Amino acid sequence: MTITEKVDGMETPLTGNIRDDGTVLNLKEYERVGGYRALRRALRELAPEEVTKAVTDADLRGRGGAGFPTGKKWSFVDMSDQARHPKYLVANADEMEPSTFKDRFLMEGDPHQLIEGMILSAYAIGARYAYVFLRASYFRPARRLREAIAEAYAAGYLGGDILGSGYQLDLYLHISAGRYICGEETALLTALEGRRSIPRSKPPYPQVSGLWGRPTVVNNVETLCNVPHIVDKGSQWYRNLGRGQDAGTKLYGMSGKVNRPGLWELPMGASAREILEEHAGGMRAGHRLTALQPGGASSGFLAPEHLDVPMDFSSMGHTGTRLGTGTILAIDDQVCPVALIRNLEHFFAQESCGWCTPCREGLPFVERILTAIENGEGQADDLDRLHDYTRFLGPGNTFCAHAPGAMEPLETGLKIFGDVFERHITEGRCSWRH
Amino acid sequence: MLSQEERQTIEEELSHYEVPHAVIIDALKAIQRHRGWVSNDALADLSEFLGVTVHELDSIATFYSQIYRRPVGRHVIRVCDSASCFVMGYESIRDRVFAELGIEFGETTPDGRFTLLPNPCLGACDHAPVLLVDQDLHEDVRPEAVRDLLADYQ
Amino acid sequence: MATIFIDGRPFEVDGDKDLLDQCLSLGFDLPYFCWHPALGSVGSCRQCAVKQFKDENDTEGQIVMACMTPASDGTRISIDDPEARRFRAGIVELLMTNHPHDCPVCDEGGECHLQDMTVMTGHNYRDYRFNKRTFRNQDLGPFLNHEMNRCITCYRCVRFYQDYAGGTDLVAMASKNHIYFGRHGDGALENEFSGNLVEVCPTGVFTDKSLKAHYTRKWDLQTAPSVCVHCGHGCNILPGERYDSLRRVRNRYNGRVNGYFICDRGRYGYEFVNGDHRIREARLRDADEDRPAQPAALEAVMTRIGGLLRAGRVLGVGSPRATLEANFALRSLVGAENFCSGVAAQGDALNREVLGILRAGPAPTATLPDLEKADAVLVLGEDVANTAPRLALALRQSVRQHGLELADRLKIPRWQDAAVREAAGADLSPLFLATPVSTRLEDIASATRYGPTADIARLGFAVAHGLDGNAPAVNGLPEADRQWIDDVIAALAGARRPLVVSGTGCGDRDVLRAAANVATALARRNAATRLSLVTAECNSLGLAMLDPRPLELAVSAGQDRDLDTLVVLENDLFRRLPRQTADALLSAAAHVITVDCIDHDTVARSEVVLPAAAFSESEGTLVNSEGRAQRFYKSNLAAHPIQESWRWLQAMAAVSGGVETIDWHSLDDVTAQCAALSDELAAITEAAPPASQRVVHLRIPRQSHRYSGRTAMHAAATLHEPIPHRDLDSPLSFSMEGYLGEPAPALIPRFWAPGWNSIQSLNKFQSEVAGALVGGDPGRRLLEPGGDGRYFDQIPAPFKPSKGQWRVVPLYHVFGSEPLSALSPPLRSRTPDPYLAIGPEDARRLGVKDGSTLQVGALDGRSLTVRLQPALARGMVGVPVGLPGLAQEALPEWTTLQGGDGS
Repeated sequence: MTITEKVDGMETPLTGNIRDDGTVLNLKEYERVGGYRALRRALRELAPEEVTKAVTDADLRGRGGAGFPTGKKWSFVDMSDQARHPKYLVANADEMEPSTFKDRFLMEGDPHQLIEGMILSAYAIGARYAYVFLRASYFRPARRLREAIAEAYAAGYLGGDILGSGYQLDLYLHISAGRYICGEETALLTALEGRRSIPRSKPPYPQVSGLWGRPTVVNNVETLCNVPHIVDKGSQWYRNLGRGQDAGTKLYGMSGKVNRPGLWELPMGASAREILEEHAGGMRAGHRLTALQPGGASSGFLAPEHLDVPMDFSSMGHTGTRLGTGTILAIDDQVCPVALIRNLEHFFAQESCGWCTPCREGLPFVERILTAIENGEGQADDLDRLHDYTRFLGPGNTFCAHAPGAMEPLETGLKIFGDVFERHITEGRCSWRH
Repeated sequence: MLSQEERQTIEEELSHYEVPHAVIIDALKAIQRHRGWVSNDALADLSEFLGVTVHELDSIATFYSQIYRRPVGRHVIRVCDSASCFVMGYESIRDRVFAELGIEFGETTPDGRFTLLPNPCLGACDHAPVLLVDQDLHEDVRPEAVRDLLADYQ
Repeated sequence: MATIFIDGRPFEVDGDKDLLDQCLSLGFDLPYFCWHPALGSVGSCRQCAVKQFKDENDTEGQIVMACMTPASDGTRISIDDPEARRFRAGIVELLMTNHPHDCPVCDEGGECHLQDMTVMTGHNYRDYRFNKRTFRNQDLGPFLNHEMNRCITCYRCVRFYQDYAGGTDLVAMASKNHIYFGRHGDGALENEFSGNLVEVCPTGVFTDKSLKAHYTRKWDLQTAPSVCVHCGHGCNILPGERYDSLRRVRNRYNGRVNGYFICDRGRYGYEFVNGDHRIREARLRDADEDRPAQPAALEAVMTRIGGLLRAGRVLGVGSPRATLEANFALRSLVGAENFCSGVAAQGDALNREVLGILRAGPAPTATLPDLEKADAVLVLGEDVANTAPRLALALRQSVRQHGLELADRLKIPRWQDAAVREAAGADLSPLFLATPVSTRLEDIASATRYGPTADIARLGFAVAHGLDGNAPAVNGLPEADRQWIDDVIAALAGARRPLVVSGTGCGDRDVLRAAANVATALARRNAATRLSLVTAECNSLGLAMLDPRPLELAVSAGQDRDLDTLVVLENDLFRRLPRQTADALLSAAAHVITVDCIDHDTVARSEVVLPAAAFSESEGTLVNSEGRAQRFYKSNLAAHPIQESWRWLQAMAAVSGGVETIDWHSLDDVTAQCAALSDELAAITEAAPPASQRVVHLRIPRQSHRYSGRTAMHAAATLHEPIPHRDLDSPLSFSMEGYLGEPAPALIPRFWAPGWNSIQSLNKFQSEVAGALVGGDPGRRLLEPGGDGRYFDQIPAPFKPSKGQWRVVPLYHVFGSEPLSALSPPLRSRTPDPYLAIGPEDARRLGVKDGSTLQVGALDGRSLTVRLQPALARGMVGVPVGLPGLAQEALPEWTTLQGGDGS
């Protein structure tokens, strides 16, 4: 798979041990590079609350796209005697956000890193069971995770009385049967329960009523992979890894017509320009960058003039888009923006779970309007319609964030590529088609 | 009746969950691995084994895109049609596959060899365009390479 | 109480409820789809959007869904906010993108919630120019049409069917805008509450198949408040008539009896009124003729009657399916000492037992809210799912108490339905069953005991003793039962609102007494204890309150050759008595006069037959199992000479020389006289306002103000506009003229409000959503126990199988066991053929399996097909009660069996 560049001088805790040849780190190899050291120490010396404190102090934020502070998320779990048991820790490995490929890399290359992160996180919240909720079609990650879990059990890192600490944790791999909405944390839990994957309204939050109504924490794979390093080297160390306001490193990726598409672990706050020009080798000859999506299909377009903005949670907000997953899609001038946005909305309409009206009925309507425009059958007021829908399908108006996410590329696309849309309509054809 | 193997697989998965209902998706996939697709008879067999109605099973099966409720060919081709692959030439790959096989998405070749489906992002965007045939991920696919790629699957 | 601000004005609301619920309760017109008062909020349709403001300075606000927002103190919202209005119209527009332009041909039109909400939000211009998605429909059986193209994916159907009613064969399938509500394959929906889908579905996906056979728009129906006559629960209904035929039956809300739902027997059983089995003319034959009576001139018939009643000994047989007034009229005609109950000895004794228990107290009977809120339930002996389906549905809600309390602890509002159910999981409040056969409540039961009724009674007595040492103890209980008994005791003792349910269905007086003991033991320490004793028919309890003589009086009079004329009221003696006994009685009586609405074997043997009005053509008072007297009114006049039974009996009194007490001008006169019989019956006059009541001098119209064709429909007969019949028996009119506002609850003939043409208009008639009707739920409870109760101290011996004989257990079917509804064609296809149920052990010993046949000695050697019933104990067989082809209700206690390979 993807080879990351080892950038001189930068620490790359998440990917530093992952081999270039794509082979997996087995348990012995993982231990040799310091793996499970954090777990040993935590079980010996730290109370669960102290693990949570370390993660909170490190300012680790969710890497699944939302950026919610991880320690804070954990703190909502009832740790008192009245807590409902069993509690659950779930790794969201349902990576299906278009243009996103970072969690796959981590799971294929260093599955034990994820497992150790999960055990530590489970310990912090008092969970008795943990699941990796893995998307369908990720066959190699599935195989490698299965083997790694078996190795971990054999070595006593999972099961009863882990390392003689008295802590007990069983960890299972659950593989999904499709559907992007399973990546939404509450829909994921419902899918894990063996039901149709419909999101739940919050409150109540999963920490209060999650899997089978029990306290549950769902974290992204990349987020969990950070935990062993934080426990091992400390919160201060972690915070110092980041360049700007946000802590730690981030797996940034780039796809599209660049010279070297790939994945790189960089300090949090690296800019899109750095990623594009220094790591991805710039746009291919004959291709000009028109925009990029910073973090998956549900992130708004970033115009080229914002290339220098630090790609972290705080800074990105001002540009009208967000960090999202941090895997960037570079859009070149030979891609018709209308066609691309139609492709995105087709995806979102197709993946609607069907629960709430605006998403279920609004997204297909939007897709059809875009198809009409692309085919030269757009009507004069179609842009008003599209614009209205970007408001109508906004946050709070729908049941979950799926449709609002779908509207981010549409809203920003209408702004940045407004003239392209106009021409499609007035000319009655696509003049961008190559 | 479920086969011995199917039952064993499902029972193994059952041990992972506090509430047995959760095994349904794993069970549907297990049956599909053995039988290729999930027929009405398969639902009836599973219903008998799990004590869940065929209606409930169908409700779950029809929600998930990877559960086939119609027969599929010996091989299932899933072509990624998401944004990165789109930028990197998905449409030419798609058209070439259509031309090679004489079928379009949602169809099966008359000889029962291939079923062709689109698929959301397969998570290999830096090697777009990609497609899956059964469990094999094919990356950096070029239109001219499609014929040879398919030839490996009889 | 909390104060919220709606468009700047303060309102007092219930802070535990959601904003939609409270806005509707306050009378605001806020549109919604997925929310339902009985199902709570899930927030999927997004229709009820309002603008919420942080404080009085916030002018921006944000859109929130009213159904998912607590009505907590200080909340500020705007319903009229322009953005909120646009949003709500936008939601309707999106729902309409796929909706077919079916209104003119859609059954729902005119009472369609989608129509109403579309008009309410102001959306009226179709902007969507693309194709609509379409579906293939399924054949869901005789009760429901399926038209999926109309679906707006509100999920109400599956939430009602699965979550509320416990059904398993209606599900949501597929995803996105291809969501499909249906079954795995074609087939009749199995759950006996499936018919409620026609009211739960806000559009025309699920509509009434029986109505479609003779379709009429809602506004064209003539309707009046009525009561279901097909079981003892007494659900309130609204029959609708047009062109002298009954078109359909809908639920009529009564917060104390049935709430929002009725069972399929009540909804679809009405077709017997239109069917071929109706008696529509007076009939006569010569006294010694052998063949059935033939249609004859009314004068001749009445003359014969006059003669018969003047001479010889006349006995009257009443009926538990006839009204108090009809039974009372018969009693007045023949004299109290000659008035027999129309129930066989055993059933009659059981009804009296029930009455005695309820009179003695101390536990009051349960209303619907009592049933639904019970937090520990014991069901002794009664197969409630089949004998009182509406009660069983309420028990299904009661077991949610644990989950609701858990939600309280987790600070999840009770109205947030999905979250409450998720948190609760499978954690149910205790519900214990002890029945002779499996019921349909096992999926919600904590623990079940199956066994013979004597053993069930012993279990009950043991529970009572465990709750109160003063109750008699039971010796020699099997160790295996000990745990169950202890669990029941612990659950009932620890409950805040314990409930005991039993009834006459299993046919064992000791079971009733055991239930009474348990209730007494509980009520002595907990005033919230409730008791429900299921009686079989719509007026079983009412008839028992008239204190009739036993039916055996007639039988022995016949045997003693001391019976000249038998007057049978709305009853078939062949159902009540063993065939030979009925036969002998009808032969022994020199003359038999029967007044009934349907043909049956007794009618065929009668010398004189008078056509009685069916429930929708009649009025009267019925007393249900709760002990509630309820009044029902006719929706239409029956064609001459059909009339109410009590009027026939009055006419019979007139031609026989007159009976002094029978001098009635209208129903109210009969009711008043009946009420004077006892203190207990005195309150029946309060079940409804008197016929003389008017609102501002106006009657209450049975026809809507949009009723059409009132002159054209009779034009073939006469061009003159007919004078509407003056209804002497009620404040209702047979016209559109009258008071158009909301009348007294017992008189509500339809639910309609401006802008709310569908059943959702019900919100306007309630003091608060899902609460009582404004003015109080109709009906009057007659039994309020004041006593301390007493313990029954005769403990039955354990059941001992008898060699060569089997104990007969009566089995009941929602479809088929009740004689009137069984004649309704939609129910016929759901009615099983007669069969014999055997337990697995006996089946093995007899060498039979499913499908074998056995001859049942006590049923004259009748051959029946065997059906295995896993719960049946050794030495017991189950015989279905009342099925067409095996209509006998009075089953023998023991029987021999012939025929299997092992016997």
